[in-house]
Formats: sequence, structure tokens, C-alpha cells
Amino acid sequence: MSSIPYIIEERPDTGLNNSKLGVWIFLASEVMLFGGLFSAYVFLRLAAPEGDFDYWGAKLNVPMATFNTMLLITSSVTMVMSWASLKLNQFDKYKMYLGVTILCAIGFLFVKYFEYTGKFHHGVYPSSSTFMGIYFTLTGLHVLHIIGGLVVLIYLWTRQADKMWKENPDLLANRIEVTGLYWHFVDLVWIFLFPILYLL
Amino acid sequence: MSNESNHSIEHHIQTYIRVFIALGVLTVITVLVSFLEVSFIEAFFLAITIATIKGSLVLGFFMHLISERAAIIWILVATAVAFIILMFIPLISVTDSTGMY
Repeated sequence: MSSIPYIIEERPDTGLNNSKLGVWIFLASEVMLFGGLFSAYVFLRLAAPEGDFDYWGAKLNVPMATFNTMLLITSSVTMVMSWASLKLNQFDKYKMYLGVTILCAIGFLFVKYFEYTGKFHHGVYPSSSTFMGIYFTLTGLHVLHIIGGLVVLIYLWTRQADKMWKENPDLLANRIEVTGLYWHFVDLVWIFLFPILYLL
Repeated sequence: MSNESNHSIEHHIQTYIRVFIALGVLTVITVLVSFLEVSFIEAFFLAITIATIKGSLVLGFFMHLISERAAIIWILVATAVAFIILMFIPLISVTDSTGMY
């Protein structure tokens, strides 16, 4: 169906299809993007006055962030279950699992919205302190990744997916697999952001 | 993964559920550990160790790295090396004496 070669079938030299290889290379660049900011966090913390990061860090809402961690973990497992459902030819289950993934992503954004507005309501902004500067930068970039992923997830849940499933089921399964790789990466970033920003 | 049998996929699903439970339990442990009266360095290493275990579970099982091709493993090895260099580049500023004298 697809005129672009090696989108579904594996290339003989790499043993992979180009979609998966491309997404992994993209994720490698994402590691460097977040890595630079993690590095900035470490050195800002080392240079900060004694107790400064503890003082500002204590203003964050740990129960909300724990709930968000659970939401992202749940969305990761439902994402991979949606892929498995396609492999088992269970399209209804695919839609259900992907729907739950989308709901978890929207839930995450809602919680983040309340967290941010709560901070603003108390007069806490990125400019309030070094900690808040790096907190809003790291979590803001992460939220942008959630929004980007959510757009793709919703697209793969619409009638376009129904059409693709009828015309080329392997293409849909492949797209869900590579979207899943991105989504799990976003979860992975949060797994490190949560303890570093909220608990330490 | 396109040639996998239904039996193999069903086996994967059981693994996903186990990993999901493990991630939930580890999240609770991360929060509980943060209440321990330990030094910052100890708390840091505890938190990073648990996060690394959780991250490895996501990478290994959800992202199928455990059974992935060599090309991807090598991309990640190169990324890990570049990441470590990136983390240590700012250290140069600690040892750099330019402008100090």
C-alpha cells in the first residue's frame, strides 16, 4: 500500500523497518535535549545557597505528582496493550485501551494545570527562584511532549484508524508501535523528573 | 514483531501486567523512601536507583529493548556515552581558572 519503502517490512541491512529506526534515533536526540536540562539542574543545585532548593521544592504538591506518576504508568501499560490487541486482531480492545491512554494523558494535563495555576495563585512564577525556573522549564517541556503525543494518540483513535485497519492493518500496528515508543519515553522522562523535582 | 504468534503476544500481555504492578509498587516505595531521615547524598542515590530500575523496566519490556535488534542497542550505547559526556561538561567550569588570576 505504502509507496515509501521499508515502512512495515524490515530492511535487510538493519533488520528493522525505517519507522522504528527513525523513532529510536529521534528518541536519542530527545535524551540529549532532556539530558542538557538535567545537567543544568544538577549544577544549579550544586551552586545554590544551602537549603534554597529544599525551601522551594517543599512548595510542590507531592500527592498530585504521585497521582500523575500513576496516570502515566497506567497510560504506558494501556498503550502497549493497545498494540498487543492489534496483533491479536482485536480492534475493539485496541480502541478501548487507546481511549484509556488518551484519558490518562488528558488527566495528567488537568493535574498539571491545577498544579501550575495553584503556584501562580500563590505568586510563585518561574522567575521566583532558580529552583522554580528549572522546575517550570523541565516540567513545561515535558508537558509539551505530552500534548504532542496526545495529538498523535487522538489521530490514531479517530475514524482514520478504522479506515487504516480495514485497508492496511500492519501499517496501523506499526504506527501504534512507534507512537508507543515515544509515549513510553515520555513516561520514562517523568520517572526521573518526579523524584528529582518533588522528592529530593 | 509482526510475525509473532498469538501465544507469544498473550505471554507478552502477562509480562506487561507484571511490569505495571512492579512500577506501581516502586512508585509507592519512592515516595515512602523520601520520608527517611537520611543525608541528601543517600536520598539522591536511593531515588535515582529506584528510578533507574523503573526506567529499565519500561525500556526493557514496554519498549521491547530486551529483544531488540543490535542497530538500536548501538544507537543507545552511543547516546549513553554522549549523555555521560554532556553531564560532565559543566564540570569544566569548576576546574577552569580562566579569569581567576
